[in-house]
Amino acid sequence: MSIPISWYLILSAALFSIGLFGVLARKNAIAILLGIELMLNAVNINLVAFWRYGKGSIAGQVFAIIVFAVAAAEVAVGLALIISVYRRRSTVIADDLDLLKW
Amino acid sequence: MTPDQIIFLLCAALIVSSALMVVTTRNLVHAALWLVAALFGVAILFGLLQAGFLALVQVVIYIGAIAVLFIFAVMLTRREMRDKGPQVNQNWGIGAVLALLTFGGLAYILSSWDGFSSTAKAIPLGTDSLMMLGKALVSPDAFVLPFEVASILLLAALVGAVFIASASKD
Repeated sequence: MSIPISWYLILSAALFSIGLFGVLARKNAIAILLGIELMLNAVNINLVAFWRYGKGSIAGQVFAIIVFAVAAAEVAVGLALIISVYRRRSTVIADDLDLLKW
Repeated sequence: MTPDQIIFLLCAALIVSSALMVVTTRNLVHAALWLVAALFGVAILFGLLQAGFLALVQVVIYIGAIAVLFIFAVMLTRREMRDKGPQVNQNWGIGAVLALLTFGGLAYILSSWDGFSSTAKAIPLGTDSLMMLGKALVSPDAFVLPFEVASILLLAALVGAVFIASASKD
């Protein structure tokens, strides 16, 4: 293992920023969820890297597994919401869903 | 350059370029497929970090379930809007600046940490990290409560997703 931890941290910071750009800039609600997936993966890289470079505690891997479960739940509910919205309003553009806007 | 470093750099190039394609490509089915490529690169990184079980879980859950779910959702919701017009909203410039600032800030804070360039010690011979993980997930003095909360969350999400997306409601 000759890779310094900085490589993993910088890579995950870059992945997180790309996902953040996707969440902020995309119009399509499904594309926004894709950006969230990228951000969750960046978090997982960090967790596993800190587990490997840490002092023998397994907590990093446990937390990564919890993140997997939360990501699966979030995608299931999010896509169900998007499909339901599409059925009623025939759009998945996030800007058009302004029913609750004053 | 050791082989580990070369593998890492190839993986990092794959992940970053696929992630950029995910957020910039116009066709959403292609975006979902680029997401699969990025997730696969992350799985290779988990293998490089000697977390083989997590690499497997990444392939099975993320690529096998979540990415396929995305592709289904894209196909269920696109009609005529799919490739017309701009795919980014009018605030994309601010979004790009914010993302760059986030990256710069994270890199600055991380580089001021004194363990920044530490390397990993070899895992001692005879430690079974998969066994440790399994025991930690069900041991009462470790992580059994978060584990059960996660399972309840998954059950609630399952019921909620079926209820929200079911067609014959009203």
